[in-house]
Amino acid sequence: MSLLAIPEPDAAVLARRPDIIKQLKRLVPAATLIVDEDGCRTFESDALTAYRCAPMAVVLPSSTAEVSAILRYCHDNGIKIVPRGAGTSLAGGALPLADAIVLGLSRMTRILSIDVTNHVARVEAGATNIAISQAAAPQGFFYAPDPSSQLACTIGGNIATNSGGARCLKYGVTVNHVQGVRIVMMDGEVLDIGGDYLDAGGYDFLSLIVGSEGQLGIVTEATVRLVKAPEGSRPMLLGFASAEAAGACVAGIIAAGIIPVAIEFMDRPAIQVCENYSGAGYPLDVDALLIVEVEGSEDEIDILLEAIAEIAERYDPIVTRVSRGAEESAAIWKGRKAAFGAMGQISDYYCMDGVIPLSRLPEALQRISLICRQHHFDVANIFHAGDGNLHPLILYNASDPLELERAERCGAEILKLCVSLGGCLTGEHGVGIEKRDLMTAQYDRADLEQQMRVKTAFDPDWLLNPAKVFPLEGRELS
Amino acid sequence: MNVHMRLGFHAPQTGEELAALVAAAAGSRTPIEVRGRGSKIDVGRPLQTAAIVSTEAMVGISLYEPTELVLSAQAGTPVADIEILLAEYGQEFAFEPLDLGPALGFEPGQTSIGAMLATNLSGARRVLAGAVRDHALGVKAVNGRGEQFKAGGRVMKNVTGYDLSRALAGSWGTLAVMTEVTLKVLPARQEARTILCFGLPDATAVEAMRLATGTPFEVSGAVHLQKDLVARLSDPAVAGAGKAVTALRVENFASSVRYRASRLKELLAAYNPDAELDTARSHAFWNELRGLKMFCAKPERPLWRICTAASGAARLVAAIARTLDTQAFYDWGGSLIWLETSPILDGGAIEIRRSLAEFGGHATLIRADAMTRASIDVFQPLDAPLMALSQRLKAAFDPYGILNPGRMYPET
Repeated sequence: MSLLAIPEPDAAVLARRPDIIKQLKRLVPAATLIVDEDGCRTFESDALTAYRCAPMAVVLPSSTAEVSAILRYCHDNGIKIVPRGAGTSLAGGALPLADAIVLGLSRMTRILSIDVTNHVARVEAGATNIAISQAAAPQGFFYAPDPSSQLACTIGGNIATNSGGARCLKYGVTVNHVQGVRIVMMDGEVLDIGGDYLDAGGYDFLSLIVGSEGQLGIVTEATVRLVKAPEGSRPMLLGFASAEAAGACVAGIIAAGIIPVAIEFMDRPAIQVCENYSGAGYPLDVDALLIVEVEGSEDEIDILLEAIAEIAERYDPIVTRVSRGAEESAAIWKGRKAAFGAMGQISDYYCMDGVIPLSRLPEALQRISLICRQHHFDVANIFHAGDGNLHPLILYNASDPLELERAERCGAEILKLCVSLGGCLTGEHGVGIEKRDLMTAQYDRADLEQQMRVKTAFDPDWLLNPAKVFPLEGRELS
Repeated sequence: MNVHMRLGFHAPQTGEELAALVAAAAGSRTPIEVRGRGSKIDVGRPLQTAAIVSTEAMVGISLYEPTELVLSAQAGTPVADIEILLAEYGQEFAFEPLDLGPALGFEPGQTSIGAMLATNLSGARRVLAGAVRDHALGVKAVNGRGEQFKAGGRVMKNVTGYDLSRALAGSWGTLAVMTEVTLKVLPARQEARTILCFGLPDATAVEAMRLATGTPFEVSGAVHLQKDLVARLSDPAVAGAGKAVTALRVENFASSVRYRASRLKELLAAYNPDAELDTARSHAFWNELRGLKMFCAKPERPLWRICTAASGAARLVAAIARTLDTQAFYDWGGSLIWLETSPILDGGAIEIRRSLAEFGGHATLIRADAMTRASIDVFQPLDAPLMALSQRLKAAFDPYGILNPGRMYPET
C-alpha cells in the first residue's frame, strides 16, 4: 500500500447513505445519480491510479441550478463533495472519499457562445479543452492553454488546476485566459465573477478560484479568452552533447529576446525510448534534444529559426534540423508527442511535475539521476524547458506495492530537491492528494495558514474536495 | 499583549519591522493607512487613520535573472528605477504599467512596484500581454495580524497551493502589505509601428480596433481618443489633427513590423489608415498615453476608469454623454474607457453606473475631490453575495479591519 493517509470515513454519514440518496433523487430528479457499486467504482480514481476509493454516490447534474441544489443540501447536512471534470488529474485531485459524493460536470458540456467581437467563449465547465478551440476554429480563433490531455480534460478541471501546456511559454496558463466564471459556493449561492471584458472588478477572486483544485466552489460556466491563430508555426530540432549545453542554449535564446511558443527538452533515455517507439529519426548520439517552435508568417518564422540556429551554434550542437514544411514539422514532433505512450510501452512510470529556475537545470538533472539511482530506478526526462517545468518519469513496476512506495519516496525527494533549488513542487498538475504532505517543504506555517484561512472564507466547513492540497492536520492550524 | 502603535508616519526598512508595526496596530486595533510612495493616496474613499505605514524605505532589487525572465524587488522600489535596469538588458514589464501620478498632480515615475501590483493598473499592451497580475509570480507580505507570509515563488509555472500573490492584485492595500514582489519580465520588442486613423466616430473606431486585435499580427495597443483629448498630446501629426484619433501598434523585429503594419493597413483600408508613426515617435506617443497625459490638463475634472465589453463601449459612452459633459479615451481595443466628466456633485456616478448596468462591467472613480469620494461609491458597488464573500476574504487576511479600512468599500 502507498504512503498517504486517507481520513477515516464518517460513520454517521455512511449510515445515512440511503436517506441521502433518497433526498438527492427528490432534489434533482433530472440529474444522473449513480449509486450502485459497479457504477461508483467507475469513479474510484483519476489518472493517478495508485489511489482508489469508491464514493458514496455520484451525481451528474446538467445545470447550475442543480449544482446549487445539491451543494445546498450537502452543506446543510455536512456531506463532503468531490468535484470531478474528466478525471485526468495526475495528482489525485479527483480522488473520491468513501463518505463523499462525487459531483461530475460531464453532462454540462455546452459551448454557450463564441463571441468574436469581444474575443471570448462562454462555455459550460464540462466542455473539453479541445472543444473550445474546435468551436472557435471556423472564425480563426483558438483557446491557448493546451495541456497534453486536452482531448479529454474539461475546462472546469483546467480551471481547478490552472493547467499549462506546451504553448504556455508564449501564451501563459489558464489563469491568464479566464475572464469570468459562474461559481456555486458550498452553501448553494451562485456568483458571477468577471465576464466578457478584461479585468474583473473588486478583489481578484479569479486568481483564487483558478488553481484552487475544486476547494473553493464549483465552477459551472466560464468565459475564456480566444486568441487569433497565428499565420503559421514550425519547429527545429537541436541535439547537444550535454544537458549543460542544451540548458545554456535555452538561456541564450531567451537572452537574445526570442520567446518561442515552445521549447521542449528530452534527455538521452527519453530520446531512446521515443525513437524506438516512433521512428521519428531522432539522433541517438546526443545527451539532450531540444524542439523549439516559433510562430508567424513564413518569413518571420525563417528569420526566427535562423536566429535560433545561430545562437545554438555557440553551444556546439551535434544536430541542427530546421523544418521547412508541414511534413518535416510533423516528423520533428512525432517522437515528442508519442513520448508518454512510448514510455508506457516499456514500463510503468510515475510522472513528476516539479519546477526549477532554468539556470539550475544541469545540476537538477544530475541530482535527479543520482536520487533515482539511489532508489534503484531508471529515470527519463521530458519537459518544457523554457519555463523550467520538469517532468522526470520514474520507471517502476506498478504491480509491486513495495516498488510503488519506493517510487513515491523517490518522487518526494525529487520534488524537495526542486524546492531547494528555488523552484516549486508542481508546475501544472496540482497538489491533489499526491503532494499534500510535501506542502510543508515549500511553505512555512504562516504561509499555509494564510491559504487555509482563504479556504475557510469560501467553505467554512471544509466540505469541498477535502483531504487534498493541505496536510491533514492543516485545518486545525488555521 | 497590546502594544500601542505610535501614531503618525512610519517607513519601516525591513519586513520584520513592518510586521512588528502591523502587529502593534492589530493589538491596539489601530487602523492604518497602507501606502507605497504615495502617488495614489487620493484614489479611493478617504481614510481616517491614526497612522500611516509606507513601504517607501524598502527599496532595492533582490533578484534579476534576465535569462529566466524573473525579477524581485522590495515593495517600495520605484517602477521607473526598475525599468531603467530592465532596459539595459533589453527587457521590460510587458503590461506597460500605467503611471497615474501625473494625472493626480504628482511627478511621473513615482509608483512603487508594490503599489503597481496592489492597484493592478495596466497600460495599452494589456490587450496583448495581459495585466500586471498576469505577470505576478510571488510576493512576500504582512497580513493584518502582523504575520509575514510568502506566496508563489520565483519560477514561471507554479500551481502549488492557492495563488495568494495574484489575489493581492487590485486589493489597494486592504488585504495585506506587500514587502517584496516577484514578477515575470519579457524581452522588449526592438521596433514599433503605429497606424493612425483620423476622424472615426467612436463606434466605427471600436469596430476597427476589434478587427485589428483579432488578427494574427499581435497588435499590442489599440486606442481611440475623442477629438478634444487629441489636442493635449505632443506628436504634431496627432495633436494637430483636429479630429478623433484611432491608433494601432505592432511591435517586433524590423522586417516583421514592416510586414505586419502593411498587412494591417490593407485590412483596415476602409477606416482610412492615413498615417504611420515610426519606432521613435511610437515610443513617445504610447509613453504619453501611459502617463495619461491627455488627462493632466484639467485636474479639477473627475476621471473614471470603466471596464466593459468592447462591443458595447461606444454605446455606453454615448448613453453617458447624453446627460454628462464627457471626454473619452478608449484603451484595450475598447474594453477599457477612461472618461473625464464635468465636476458635478457626484462626479457623474449616478449616471455612469445607471448606464453601465445595461452593459455590464465596473466603473471606478480614479480622480475627484475628497468630498465627492466620501459621498459616493468610488469602486463599483458589489451585489450582496459578492460583498459578503469580499468581507470574508478581508477577514481572512485582516480580521481586525485595520489595513486601509473602507478605502475600497465601506464594508471592507
